[in-house]
Amino acid sequence: MSRAAKTSLVLVAVSALLAAGLMQQPQAQAQAPLTPLFWLGVGMLGLLALVSVRQLAALDGSRLTGSLTAALFGLWLLYFWQLLVVALEVPRVLLPPPWLILQSLLDHGPTLWRDFTQTVLKAVLLGWLLGSALGFGVALAIDRQPFLQRGLLPLASLTSTIPLVAVAPIAVMWFGFDWQSKAAVVVLMTFFPMLVSTLAGLQASGKLERELMHSYAASYGGTLLALRLPVALPFMFGALKINASLALIGAIVAEFFGSPTSGLGFRISTEAARMNMSLVWGAIVVAAVTGSLAYTLLLRLERRFAFWHPSVRAAAGN
Amino acid sequence: MAEALLQPWGARLRLQGWPVAVMLLLGLLLWYGGAWLLNAPGAIERVLRDQPWAWPDLLAATMAMERPVLPAPHQVAADFWSSLTDWPLDSPRNLLFHVAVTAESTLWGFALGTLLGLLLAICIVHSRTLDRALLPWIVASQSVPVLAIAPIVLVILGSLGFAGVAPKAVIAMYLCFFPVTVAMVQGLRSPQRIEMEMLHTYAASAWQTLWLLRLPAALPFVFPALRVGIAAGLVGAMVAELPTGAQAGLGARLLTGSYYGNTVQIWSALVMSALLGLLLTGLVAAVEHLVLRQRRQA
Repeated sequence: MSRAAKTSLVLVAVSALLAAGLMQQPQAQAQAPLTPLFWLGVGMLGLLALVSVRQLAALDGSRLTGSLTAALFGLWLLYFWQLLVVALEVPRVLLPPPWLILQSLLDHGPTLWRDFTQTVLKAVLLGWLLGSALGFGVALAIDRQPFLQRGLLPLASLTSTIPLVAVAPIAVMWFGFDWQSKAAVVVLMTFFPMLVSTLAGLQASGKLERELMHSYAASYGGTLLALRLPVALPFMFGALKINASLALIGAIVAEFFGSPTSGLGFRISTEAARMNMSLVWGAIVVAAVTGSLAYTLLLRLERRFAFWHPSVRAAAGN
Repeated sequence: MAEALLQPWGARLRLQGWPVAVMLLLGLLLWYGGAWLLNAPGAIERVLRDQPWAWPDLLAATMAMERPVLPAPHQVAADFWSSLTDWPLDSPRNLLFHVAVTAESTLWGFALGTLLGLLLAICIVHSRTLDRALLPWIVASQSVPVLAIAPIVLVILGSLGFAGVAPKAVIAMYLCFFPVTVAMVQGLRSPQRIEMEMLHTYAASAWQTLWLLRLPAALPFVFPALRVGIAAGLVGAMVAELPTGAQAGLGARLLTGSYYGNTVQIWSALVMSALLGLLLTGLVAAVEHLVLRQRRQA
């Protein structure tokens, strides 16, 4: 272990001790008036936190220290959020402390789990799968028709500028309040990015490679399987990643227009109206964790299936 | 789309004009067919109930229903036109009034979000600490459904006494600044080492390097992000109009339409929001075209 690494370890340990001590003060529990001494402590701890993050960031450029730096920064942010919100007695409606959010996350676990199954496992997952599969299928189907491609591609790429989520009220009218209408919105929102990306990916193979396949007398299907689909993989993964967050947004917003009595969007809008903000934040944490997990999972899959692509190899650092 | 825009108009029209026109016509035909199919049960039940009817009657009935499941294109067009021309501009029944409300918060959010993204990117590029501590969180937050936060922002800003355009602009800003920041960081880092070293030999300060090399180099990176950002900002502004009691704006128009089952109104608001999205993105693309054309001539 290098000297710089030791210094930063000591810094983190000292600041963590000081942070724990400061949290125990009566002022931090809002049980005593705020003294200048308390503020001095907060200021010093802030300085220390800054220095510790800087020290960690200045270490070697390996991936582990990179994620450690980000994690430490996030932890400090959470800590000061908790400390200042409680000490300054910010109304809970405005900004509940993270501890309270965690508590309501645990207290309302079954409710949030039902919302999660309603929104994510039914609407988002099915809609995302169906929309992406449809986009892929249509792209493959019109791959051999230049006329259809030239006609559809400009229109499909224009749809990215249109707020497609606005079809939500129509979907609710057609498919009812339950998850089917949300899945329909998600299908519509995820279809076009997948179509455009797959078409772009299918055209991404180089002339040289295609001529090589031609010289092997490879059939259309052979070229597609051996050359063009693998080359299109990074494009398709890009669309799948975009679609994952689009799908969550689509399903949550569609629930604002009417839903059964469960679902993340329903929970967020009704509890916000009842000023029960810690549960709203809990639902948002669930949505955020879901989105990040889906993104990470897709990134892993991409690294596994498109490991040869320059963009993946550059990201992996070898 | 950027490459397509930079092609001469004539070639684009020849190459894509016909296919696109045919596709649009096909879409229109499908829409009419769908309207006929979806409205037929309702038309039989409500309009043609107590009279003998033939196919032409059914066709006519499905095309002119009061509350159709799927309004026919000409119904939407008629409603669209009448909501543009039959009412004064400041009346809430005029669609342009709602467009102005939504566009105002979108543009405010876009301007603020671009500024914030720019500042954040400049800080991140110049500080190793921020690069390693903050950037991962910004990238991770892109996978978070930010629109879910809209109701919270509305409540917080509402209780702080901000009403009107501010909360909506904040939400639009929130959606805009992510793509701008990420693209800007990428763009500010795009100058090659040899160019950076040349400015170093000129003893250029960090500001001069930023102004003379990094910012111009970042322009091609940032415009696609701006197009994404303004479209996202429009979605944010529309969604932000939903929980505020739905007074004005295209999102509010959608919500009232869905409350009262006024399908034609929903569809014309939908068409209008699509047009607004195209217009805003088109504006950004036009600026991009101008700026990058100057670049090519230089």
